[in-house]
Amino acid sequence: MLKTPENWGKNKVEQVMTHYVKAWILALGLILTPAVATAQDALPAAPGAEAAPAEASVDAEAPAAEAAPASGLDPALYTPMKPTEGVGMPVDGGLDFQPQVSETGKQAKWINNSILLPIMTVICLFVLALLFWVMIRFRRGANPEPSKTTHNTFIEVVWTVVPVLILLVIAVPSISLLAQQFEPAPEDALTVKVTGYQWYWGYNYPDNGDFEIISNMLTEGEANESGEPFQLAVDNRMVIPVGKPVKMLITGADVIHSFAIPAAWFKLDAVPGRINEKVLQIDEVGVYYGQCSELCGARHGFMPIAVEVLPEDKFNDWVRANGGTVKGDETAADESEDGAAEETASDETTTEGAPADAAAAAN
Amino acid sequence: MTTIAADGQILDDHAHDADHKPAFFQRWFMSTNHKDIGTLYLIFAIIAGIIGGAISGMMRMELAEPGIQYLTGWVGAGASMDEALHLWNVLITAHGLIMVFFMVMPAMIGGFGNWFVPLMIGAPDMAFPRMNNISFWLLVPAFLLLLGSAFVPGGTGNGAGTGWTVYAPLATTGSVGPAVDMAILSLHLAGASSILGAINFITTILNMRAPGMTLHKMPLFVWSVLVTAFLLLLALPVLAAAITMLLTDRNFGTTFFDAAGGGDPVLYQHLFWFFGHPEVYIMILPGFGMISHIISTFSRKPIFGYLGMAYAMVAIGVVGFVVWAHHMFTTGMSVNVKMYFTAATMVIAVPTGIKIFSWIATMWGGSMTFKTPMVWALGFIFMFTVGGVTGVVLANGGIDDNLHDTYYVVAHFHYVLSLGAVFSIFAGFYYWFPKMSGRHYSELLGQLHFWTFFIGVNILFFPMHFLGNQSMPRRYPDYPEQFAYWNEIASLGYVVMAVGVLIFFVNIAWAMVAGRKAEANYWGEGATTLEWTLSSPPPFHQFETLPQIK
Repeated sequence: MLKTPENWGKNKVEQVMTHYVKAWILALGLILTPAVATAQDALPAAPGAEAAPAEASVDAEAPAAEAAPASGLDPALYTPMKPTEGVGMPVDGGLDFQPQVSETGKQAKWINNSILLPIMTVICLFVLALLFWVMIRFRRGANPEPSKTTHNTFIEVVWTVVPVLILLVIAVPSISLLAQQFEPAPEDALTVKVTGYQWYWGYNYPDNGDFEIISNMLTEGEANESGEPFQLAVDNRMVIPVGKPVKMLITGADVIHSFAIPAAWFKLDAVPGRINEKVLQIDEVGVYYGQCSELCGARHGFMPIAVEVLPEDKFNDWVRANGGTVKGDETAADESEDGAAEETASDETTTEGAPADAAAAAN
Repeated sequence: MTTIAADGQILDDHAHDADHKPAFFQRWFMSTNHKDIGTLYLIFAIIAGIIGGAISGMMRMELAEPGIQYLTGWVGAGASMDEALHLWNVLITAHGLIMVFFMVMPAMIGGFGNWFVPLMIGAPDMAFPRMNNISFWLLVPAFLLLLGSAFVPGGTGNGAGTGWTVYAPLATTGSVGPAVDMAILSLHLAGASSILGAINFITTILNMRAPGMTLHKMPLFVWSVLVTAFLLLLALPVLAAAITMLLTDRNFGTTFFDAAGGGDPVLYQHLFWFFGHPEVYIMILPGFGMISHIISTFSRKPIFGYLGMAYAMVAIGVVGFVVWAHHMFTTGMSVNVKMYFTAATMVIAVPTGIKIFSWIATMWGGSMTFKTPMVWALGFIFMFTVGGVTGVVLANGGIDDNLHDTYYVVAHFHYVLSLGAVFSIFAGFYYWFPKMSGRHYSELLGQLHFWTFFIGVNILFFPMHFLGNQSMPRRYPDYPEQFAYWNEIASLGYVVMAVGVLIFFVNIAWAMVAGRKAEANYWGEGATTLEWTLSSPPPFHQFETLPQIK
């Protein structure tokens, strides 16, 4: 089963069933005829002359030196959490995936470790066993006279049909995993806009007054001081609330970067001129590291990602510490102007393929 | 496969003057002889392989332990850290481009294809001997342009640091300076060379088969080269278009891949991978052909399911054109597109499985001996299976979200290329080296080469699966110390592999100096294709009287 029963909603059952049917039709259709490839859904519409994305700064010097270190925030509201060893980061000599802290991540890891890995291992061992068997049984010493058999229709049909069946067994959970990963965020989901720069990350919180967090890698000394792994630790983390779907809008400012959180099975390219959208929901409080995953120039290896997942009230405190606004506060203060901005931001449901600045303008 | 016998040998009967070889310069620099051009291609591929392999040695040195150890020294005194890091990107770019365009393709198609396609179909030469010559000589300036690009500005430092995929906008606005332009022109020349070669092979195979050799009697290696040539002919123009657009984006103010002017960076990726995915089959299909002959020869048994084998390659070629976007699962495509490319990609496992099982069925009931080419072929079958199953894992768009651009991908494509394509190149080399040179290599050194190389590459590449599972990204000059353990082991594997390559060169040198003379058919009754009816090495011109195929 793909989901635990308590997670099944009426709509979800229907949705997943549709995807099951879709998966079978797709898989069967493809085996019969390689279908005509579907082109990329939507190419960006030609933007007007004013719609130039942030100019590529090839020889920009050390970026965002003015970014305040995390310790600069009011300690009464926020102190950076210590990461847990072995969670949200690699372990030396590790073999398996990082422990998964999102629903889709658990599902994907389960598909890999319980379906794909056993099938792979059995196939490899089967081929190896056959190779050893023929090498021993049909070596010249044991079989001096070779047979002249060159055809056996039955066996040829078997080794065509059995792989097809194995692939169908893989395709069904795999396709429904895809469907699950593409479930849209609810209307009221928190939006975080991620921008990849050469060579650091920027995180905008349009629902909370649109403040921006600039996130640079810590030096070795700083990382050791804060007890975090070097080359994963950053000065300012992206912070999100626990157990809530977050609408991630991801774009690049100069070249293509890729935003990755291995512990949440999350990776999406930051492409200049388009905004990619995907839902991120992490169900456990903690610090999770990732690294830029698309070659983006000299310091590609030195722009890590750190996500801190906090309970909602702690998250709100962090927002306040950064000078952002929290929904409840506004109502109390009866300020309407921020509310209006918020509405526009959450109205964006389909932003994929839109030019960066269309969305930027909407915000 | 039908057993092919040649009537009427022409070795010594007439036309002694036909075997008159031109003088050195004319023979090797103005060659129109398919065997000489094949030899030139093989020498070229070996030189490129040494350079590409040395670059990977530099990479494994740097990655052996955490921290930047050597890059700052290699880039030279007075250079900044960013220039040193840029050098890393230049190394990975050069390694990829050299191994793909200047090692595997020239060895398989230019080298073995040129040598053995005419011999196997009973033709005197290729259809267009002069085009064959220019096809080779275009590669030399292409290679020089690529090597030269490392010494001119390419953005942050010298050289093209874009990765072999040359993605925009890193390759346009992200890399100022002539290095990337030189790399693009290098690819243009290499592409033109391959297109000319492909036209030559298609024409030769379709028109110059000996009387009686129908397509369905054609040796599988010739089938594999025919399919490969069609892939080249259809895929390379798309690459040429894509990199031409890169060039105009870079130099002439167009914005094909720049959203600011109505273009799209992802369009480049679609164009590149529309070429790039068939390209991976271009690199492996001739290997499939060679392995079939070797398995059949050393089992003393005709290939099992000949037609299935031939049409499996055709199917791989066709389906290979409709799966390209599985290289782009994280670019933000829609759910339906991702589902389609997941399913289509998995379909390729079926014809590939047919090939694996047909090779095993060929050996089944055979009378096997384990000479050097055969151990390479057996190693190939198993290693390609390992690389194949990890391919099925990566085919799943939902799983790929985590593995994309990690070392798992690096492990996967090195299992199918470094342990697949390269194993088949070594297998073919040992299989045909006495035929090409007229001298036997040392069997002991050949076996030693296999075992050291086999153990070395597995120590080198298998741990990369674990690094990928733990999410170490590709193309990183340095890494958090949590990745140190497997990286160190991988670097040790490189050393073992390098010793294996050294044994290979010792073996060639030994064969040239002291190897005993090879007879016409030194493998005996299992070797049934037409090249075994000729002397070793074959006469300068062969089949002046066309052989009749039963």
